[in-house]
Amino acid sequence: MLSLRRKVVNAVMLSLTGVCTFLAVGTLLFILGYLFFHGGTSLTTDFFTKLPTPVGESGGGMANALLGSAKLLLLASCIGIPIGFLGGVYLAEFGGSSFSFVVRYTTDLLNGVPSIVIGIFAYTLIVLPQGHFSTLSGGLALGVMMIPIAIRSSEDFLRAVPVSLREGAMALGASKAKTIVTVVIPAAKAGLITGIMLNLARVAGETAPLLFTSFSNRFWSPGWEQPTAALPVMIYTYAISPYADWKRQAWSAGFVLLMLVLTINICARMLLSKRGSALR
Amino acid sequence: MAASSTTNISARPSGRASAFWQRLRSGDDIAYVITLTCALTILAITALLVFELFENSAVPRDKFGWSFLVTSTWDPVAGQFGALPFIYGTVVTSALALLMGIPLGVGAAIFLAELAPTKISNGLTFLIELLAAVPSVIFGLLGIFVLVPALIALEPAIRAVLGWTPAFSGPFYGVSVLSAGVVLSVMIVPFIISISREVILAVPTEQREGALALGATKWETTWDVVIPFARKGIMGSIFLALARSLGETMAVTMVIGNEPKIHESLFAPGYSIAAVIANEFTEATGELYLGALIELGLVLFGLTIIINGLARVLVLSTTKKGAS
Amino acid sequence: MTRRIFIVNAALAAALTVGTASAQQVLINAAGATFPYPMYSKWFDEYHKKFPTVQINYQSIGSGGGIQQVTAGTVDFGASDGPMNDMQLKDFQDKRGSAILHFPTVMGAVVPTYNIPGVTGSLNFTPEALAGIFLGKITKWDDPELTKANPGIKLPSNNIVVVHRSDGSGTTYVWVDYLSKISKEWETKVGKATSVNWPVGLGGKGNEGVSGSIQQTANSVGYVELIYAVQNKMTYGNVKNASGEFIQASLASVTAAAAAMKDMPEDFRVSITNAPGKGVYPISSFTWLLIPSKIADPAKKKAIKDFLTWMLADGQKMTEALSYAQLPKPVIAKEVKAIAKIQ
Repeated sequence: MLSLRRKVVNAVMLSLTGVCTFLAVGTLLFILGYLFFHGGTSLTTDFFTKLPTPVGESGGGMANALLGSAKLLLLASCIGIPIGFLGGVYLAEFGGSSFSFVVRYTTDLLNGVPSIVIGIFAYTLIVLPQGHFSTLSGGLALGVMMIPIAIRSSEDFLRAVPVSLREGAMALGASKAKTIVTVVIPAAKAGLITGIMLNLARVAGETAPLLFTSFSNRFWSPGWEQPTAALPVMIYTYAISPYADWKRQAWSAGFVLLMLVLTINICARMLLSKRGSALR
Repeated sequence: MAASSTTNISARPSGRASAFWQRLRSGDDIAYVITLTCALTILAITALLVFELFENSAVPRDKFGWSFLVTSTWDPVAGQFGALPFIYGTVVTSALALLMGIPLGVGAAIFLAELAPTKISNGLTFLIELLAAVPSVIFGLLGIFVLVPALIALEPAIRAVLGWTPAFSGPFYGVSVLSAGVVLSVMIVPFIISISREVILAVPTEQREGALALGATKWETTWDVVIPFARKGIMGSIFLALARSLGETMAVTMVIGNEPKIHESLFAPGYSIAAVIANEFTEATGELYLGALIELGLVLFGLTIIINGLARVLVLSTTKKGAS
Repeated sequence: MTRRIFIVNAALAAALTVGTASAQQVLINAAGATFPYPMYSKWFDEYHKKFPTVQINYQSIGSGGGIQQVTAGTVDFGASDGPMNDMQLKDFQDKRGSAILHFPTVMGAVVPTYNIPGVTGSLNFTPEALAGIFLGKITKWDDPELTKANPGIKLPSNNIVVVHRSDGSGTTYVWVDYLSKISKEWETKVGKATSVNWPVGLGGKGNEGVSGSIQQTANSVGYVELIYAVQNKMTYGNVKNASGEFIQASLASVTAAAAAMKDMPEDFRVSITNAPGKGVYPISSFTWLLIPSKIADPAKKKAIKDFLTWMLADGQKMTEALSYAQLPKPVIAKEVKAIAKIQ
């Protein structure tokens, strides 16, 4: 009855993978539900348009933190993604084995550095010499944090492109660089976007590297040279405060942060699929 | 905003492709140099980081030498600092996180890539990636207000099954090394799932069809053909996950109990390197104390080198076994 | 498509860089203690409403952080729950060429809080009991030291689980400062600092972590800020003061502790734990603003001096609504005089 045993193993293992998925998705839904349940009442239009108010005054929002987070993420992406992506191209397409090994190893090391240490690093590198906190230094700290995941994920996805595809293009006389740009990268497109979104999601929720760099701000922060508020820092400050009102706002800010990341994610993928079909 | 830079890079260059892309298309050398520069950047950043950590930890390094690594007293008042309990806590919580996170993550990745219909799979992956964006302070708060009570409720069951081992003995207060491991495993799962899923999806269909044609079941095809094919990418995702768990602060410190002592039981409280840095850095004053915290950062760096090395050896040996 | 995104991007970048800051705006950054953050954010907000050209941005990065940042010159002034010590003051003098002036702003207290199944009322704690518990010498709730002080309450014979703060904090500083004053053994064995080497217990991160652990652990005891206990409706104990009375922490009994200080030093650097006198809650403390004695920018100097004057008059009236204890009158009068020292 070997085949029955195999059938049972097949069924059991496949259902187990379903259970794993359910657990992961369930956790996320639980967190979303929890945030919404505890912070939903603070989600008014004020939240998106007003500055924070002190304890005991209603009608405050986190508009400056929303904009601040957007600015920081923009800056971080401009630093982290190009460097990480091109570094990943190097590892996947050009790297000699021993040097690639060193780069890969270093990437894993940098990725394991606690976020607060990255913050201290950016603090000594930019804030101390400049003598003041700034949006710029916060963006840099987040950008440095993005590089390892960008390198690792783009290498993984570029490598996953089957050799046959490359060989096809090379056989048609394309240079290596041309093959990469016209064949390999488009083939790995979906994965590359996944990597970037995951990366963005990860740094969007970081508090520790911002405390000593972009600091925070109760007011609007014009330009790049002043301290700026950011959602995770506001969440942190409010969540540990004694007041029920602020705690509620912290939960709703958490909910908004997740929705923000979700929106970026969906938009990126929609743009991508539109482009993809137009080209085809 | 992020989307724009993404689409520019990852998609095929359009009509108004910049000069850079045009040169890249024609010149292998230029492409090589540019990508190499980026790869070198990460070495430079890391070197600079290590240099900063080394420079700023001179005072405790001179005072304690290697004994910093093997002593267990952490006394800011008396100026006595030893890193051993933190090293232990970091290693154990990360190991626990991987122990729970890898099967969960790879299992879900298999389901999403091989079994679920594309539309549903894409939707669910969206949600799972969102899990990576939850700020760690929220993980921490949920950890202490939701997970810890749940573990307290589960304690008798865990004891009934595993209570005979020293790892599950002694009193249980809820906050513990075990709780930290569970929170970390939840935090690293999105990295494993979403990267592994993409890598599995990228495995050519012919591979599967071949095995299925030979009469293998779906599971056998997946486990014996698809997974080995995607192994490298999955390992990459696990390395990312490991790194994240080694460096996590806020979520760990909320549930680990923060006691700088080594207990053999996972039910007992502990402490991790990243957690103590985040806890004490903002309030630390004086060169010795601040230096000791920065030296802990250096120790974590060294620890990461060792753990990554060991993990690579492990991967290498299993891969060889698989090949033979 | 790409082009459109670029245009949107450029527009966004332009919108972000064109700021609202005009020439007369005075932007002041400050950082430090977490405990007074809600009060300070209220004050700075009110002050901004009154004088729209002055923006004071205060962030709670911790007392030690406040001292470090003001010394590094990255903020215009700092704030701390513990006064700067002589070494830190000298460090500031060396790096910035001026002195730091301490200005008490409000007062707070630290209270023992506990979770004992079956016990709902306020327990009485003697100094000996608190020191014994936190040194790990009193390990059971029915220890004579505790039962003697709590006639009529049936304490269980269970092991005490101690919970303390794991992050460095001013709250811890006040707590161990008190324990050092009332117990020789504590002073020599553990000492006082924002983080110490605890003889026993679990560490919780922040007030949140401590209260969470206490809530979920039967027979536990820990300490949190009074304001946190009040706002979150936690039960907390009475502590025996130097005059032998068991006093519950309240805004009045905290202000009384400061009023009991007969000889306030010129620089306001003073610990008021275990203060003498009747009706005094013994684990009370000031929190301070750390202001450099020389401020180069005349606009900032004026704004800071004006703010201090306002805070000591109108500002003090707002404290009780947020559960902070206000400063006693003599201290206020003395501070108003000290404002002139800012050059």
